[in-house]
Amino acid sequence: MIAIIDYGMGNLYSVSQALSRMGFQSCITDDPAVIRDADGVILPGVGAFGDAMMELNKRNLVEVIREIVLTENKPFLGICLGMQLLFTSSDEYGYHQGLHLLPGHVKKFEGDYHIPHIGWNALRFMGPHPLLKEVEEGYVYFVHSFFVVPDNSEDVLAVTDYYQDVPAVVGRNRLFGMQFHPEKSGDVGQQLLKRFASLCIREASTR
Amino acid sequence: MITKRIIPCLDVKDGRVVKGVSFVNLRDAGDPVELASLYDRAGADELIFLDISASHEGRKTMVDVVRSAAGTLRIPFTVGGGIGSVEDMREILRAGADKVSINTAAIHNPDLIEAGARRFGSQCIVVAMDARWDEEEEDWVVYSHGGRKRTDRRAVDWAMEAARRGAGEILLTSMDQDGQKSGFDLPLNRAVASEVCIPVIASGGAGTEEDFIEVFRETPVDAALAASIFHYREIAVENLKIRLKEKGVHVR
Repeated sequence: MIAIIDYGMGNLYSVSQALSRMGFQSCITDDPAVIRDADGVILPGVGAFGDAMMELNKRNLVEVIREIVLTENKPFLGICLGMQLLFTSSDEYGYHQGLHLLPGHVKKFEGDYHIPHIGWNALRFMGPHPLLKEVEEGYVYFVHSFFVVPDNSEDVLAVTDYYQDVPAVVGRNRLFGMQFHPEKSGDVGQQLLKRFASLCIREASTR
Repeated sequence: MITKRIIPCLDVKDGRVVKGVSFVNLRDAGDPVELASLYDRAGADELIFLDISASHEGRKTMVDVVRSAAGTLRIPFTVGGGIGSVEDMREILRAGADKVSINTAAIHNPDLIEAGARRFGSQCIVVAMDARWDEEEEDWVVYSHGGRKRTDRRAVDWAMEAARRGAGEILLTSMDQDGQKSGFDLPLNRAVASEVCIPVIASGGAGTEEDFIEVFRETPVDAALAASIFHYREIAVENLKIRLKEKGVHVR
C-alpha cells in the first residue's frame, strides 16, 4: 500500500488513478498512523510553499515525514510542490522553511521568457540510477514558476532545460522528488512512477 | 528546450460532447472521456473541456466528467465554462482537473484571478479572453459572455493585467478568425504573446497544418488550440506533430 498524503493541496486523485492503472494499491490519507504503516509515501502538491507547510504542520505531519524518511529510510516521493517542500527553504510569497530533508533553496524563475514553465520538456539524466533504469530520456509535463537549487549537485538525478538547467528529478537514498507531474506525463511519467512504486513493494517485502 | 503544445478543445453540454464528433471512430461518440483518451493516445499535449451547460444539473454532471477524465487521461487537462468563484475552482480541481479557465467572471471580478492564484497556485489559473479588432479604436477589444458583449477592455492591456494578478496562462481567441479556417490571427497573437510574461495559447482560425506551423514560426505563442478540425479528422494530431517536427517546430 502506498500512502498519498492529503493535506488539502492539489491533485491527489490523478496520482492514485495512475498507480491503480498500473496495478498498485494506494490510499489518500492524512492519518499519521496510515502513513507510517504504508510501504511507501507520495507527497503531491500544487499551490504555494508557505501554505503547504502550514497545512502539513496543522496535521502534525512534518515530524512524521521527517521520521519515515530520515530514521526509517522508507521510499518517499515528492511531486511538483511536494518535491520543493523536501528542501530547506523557499522564497515563494516570502521566506518559508521547508522539510529540510535535502539541503537547498527554492527560487523563482527570473528572465525575459514566459513564466511559469508550462509544457512538455525533455529529461536529461545526470548518470545511471536505479530509479531511472529502463526509463527513456523523454518528455514529461512541467508546470511551475519556482525551481530548486540544491546545495549538493549529487542529489540531482535528472535535469531539464528551461533557459538554464532545472533540476527535474532529485534523490538521495530512498527519498525522491520529481518537479514534473509523472501522473500527467504519458509513457515516460508512467515508467518513472512505476519504478518508484515497484521500489516501495520490493522494500516492503524485505522488511 | 520546452516544446510547443497542441491542444484539442471539447465542448461539453450536460456531460456530452456536442459538436463535431460524428466522424471519429468511437463506441460512444458523445462521451467526452472516450474522445479525450483518443487524443491522449494520438499525442495531444493537453486538452480543454469547455462546459457549455446552461443548467445547474449540467454543471454537476461536469464534475463527474472531470473525475472520469482524471482517472483515464495521462495528459493534463483544463476545464472552463461557468466557473465564477474560488469554490467552483476548488470543486473542479478537487475532481482532478489540472487547471481551470475563467473568462467573463474574471472580467467582472478581476480579484478572482488573485484569489484563485493565491489558493491553488498561478499554474492552475488560465484566463481566457475573446478579442476582436475594432476599427475605431484601432485595437483589439475584449468581449465577454461568450463573445456576445463588448467590454471596454483592450486585449493586450487585459492580458497584462491578468498576468500581473497571477494568471498562469492566457487562452487567446480571435473572434475575427474563429471558424474561418484561414489561419490564426497572427498580429493579435504576436501582440499579446510578446507583451505578457506568461504563456499564451492561440485559438481561433486553424484550418490546415500550415496554419499551426505559421503561428509557431511567426509569433511567440506557446501552444495552439483547435476544436472541430481535430474532431472531424480534417487534421490528425499525430500527423500534425510529425509535420511540425519536419518544419523545425520543437514538439513532443
